[in-house]
Amino acid sequence: MNNVAAIFKKQLKDTLKNKTVLIQFLMFPVLTLIMNRSVRIDGMPEHFFVKMFATMYIGMAPLTSIAAIIAEEKEKNTLRVLLMSNVKPYEYLLGIGSYIWAACMLGALVICASSDYNAREALIFMTIMAFGILASLLIGAAVGIFSKTQMMATSITVPVMMIFSFLPMLSMFNSTIAKIAKFVWSEQISRLLEQINTRQFGISSIGIVLINMLVFAALFAAAYQKRGLE
Amino acid sequence: MNHALTAENLSIGFAGRQVLEHVTFEVQEGEIFGLLGPSGAGKTTLIKILTGRLFQEDGHARLLGKDTEELGASEYGQIGVMMDDFGLYERMSAYDNLSFYAELYHVPKSRIDDILGRMGLYDARRRAVSKLSKGMRNRLSLARALMNHAKLLFLDEPTSGLDPVTTRDMHAVLTEQKKKGTTIFLTTHNMYEAQSLCDRVALLSGGRIIECGKPADICKKYNYLNRFQITLKNGNVVTLDNNSGSAIPIKEYLEQDAIETIHSTEPTLESVFIELTGKGLHSYE
Ligand SMILES: Nc1ncnc2c1ncn2[C@@H]1O[C@H](COP(=O)(O)OP(=O)(O)OP(=O)(O)O)[C@@H](O)[C@H]1O
Ligand SMILES: [Mg+2]
Repeated sequence: MNNVAAIFKKQLKDTLKNKTVLIQFLMFPVLTLIMNRSVRIDGMPEHFFVKMFATMYIGMAPLTSIAAIIAEEKEKNTLRVLLMSNVKPYEYLLGIGSYIWAACMLGALVICASSDYNAREALIFMTIMAFGILASLLIGAAVGIFSKTQMMATSITVPVMMIFSFLPMLSMFNSTIAKIAKFVWSEQISRLLEQINTRQFGISSIGIVLINMLVFAALFAAAYQKRGLE
Repeated sequence: MNHALTAENLSIGFAGRQVLEHVTFEVQEGEIFGLLGPSGAGKTTLIKILTGRLFQEDGHARLLGKDTEELGASEYGQIGVMMDDFGLYERMSAYDNLSFYAELYHVPKSRIDDILGRMGLYDARRRAVSKLSKGMRNRLSLARALMNHAKLLFLDEPTSGLDPVTTRDMHAVLTEQKKKGTTIFLTTHNMYEAQSLCDRVALLSGGRIIECGKPADICKKYNYLNRFQITLKNGNVVTLDNNSGSAIPIKEYLEQDAIETIHSTEPTLESVFIELTGKGLHSYE
């Protein structure tokens, strides 16, 4: 546990100086704050920006940052040195993963605070975000482990993240896309966020998110099996 | 005397190309052991096998008595590793890099400033690694390898690309470390380093160890390489074998008062290496 905490702390120090990851963490929370304050259009659905940016945040920030961090550590060989200093692979992944999860939860809190959710709704919002971020982390970690370099990680994460973050928006406009998007976690997260107001949560939404997470966990295991952490 | 490291018939290849072949040697506790070989000889590969990061295809290796395919936390806690690509966190400061490892190794933070001071990095401790010179990174990387009072140090080309002053400082640190009882396994293509620093060396070429022993003993064994180099007053340079056959020409030069300088060229690890392989240590395999 001590090693996990040390890695968590290291990653905190490192990201404070890593602009690309920092922007990932901050962009959507800040955007939500600004848009919520400044843009009011008649007939705009309630919590429009909160739900849209929250979905995008989940699809992008955890996925790209964990993939970038793991791939960079592999490319620069810092990970190899770590593993020779009696850090176990699961300790490393837990340290990095818990850090990004916590950082993104902070971002989610900012998004949540910029809305006018009451305490109960806020709690539900944060719970949905917690699972959404976790799913995104799993797929990002799989990409990071599979990639040998940062370049490779980026070239995989960009399309993956585009699909996951824009699918929910696109499915609003296109019924064919909506039919496929139904099976994707980010779409279901978006629906769950939608349901905060109606308070009627579809069991199927939760089920699909969990199944997606299982698939990502399997992908992660496969990537780890193939490449390990070297 | 106990063995800190043993390698027995280690072999490995990549994509059908044999990189190490039947490599056998042992490193005794408390000695500085140098692995000398040109670029591409397989030095880094051998370190990876010895530290359990890569598994050999054939043969056995033991580190502190444990099979290198089964190393665990207790062995990794007792070794320090400095690889040729440093593996430092570029955006973090020199101090933060060491502080992270101090936590992993449960070493008191007070040790960080001691080590930084000893490496001449104290004034640069707040600087990001990306802003340090190559020599400073090298020393920081060594500092990190020394954090945990390792019993056994692996140093992959610790002084390559360093200026002579920094190299001498590094050697002083390593000698001091040896006095404290640390065993050091280092790779180099610098034969001066091998000759002056190492208790024993192994010459690696084409994936095989072609000579192993004390530098002085190896040179003595190839003493037939000892020659006289005579610079004549007319500017010509003549090289003669160090044996009775050279007595007559030398006598003649002396009688003609033709000699400007005369040197004997004792074999060095480099000349032995060239004799054995037909190639220099700075060639590529
Ligand atoms: N993972 C790998 N896959 C394929 N080939 C490899 C791999 N690792 C090393 N090699 C090859 O093995 C040979 C030895 O490499 P190694 O890095 O051990 O040499 P070295 O003696 O450390 O060289 P240098 O002095 O340049 O560091 C090289 O030809 C290299 O291309
Ligand atoms: Mg090497």
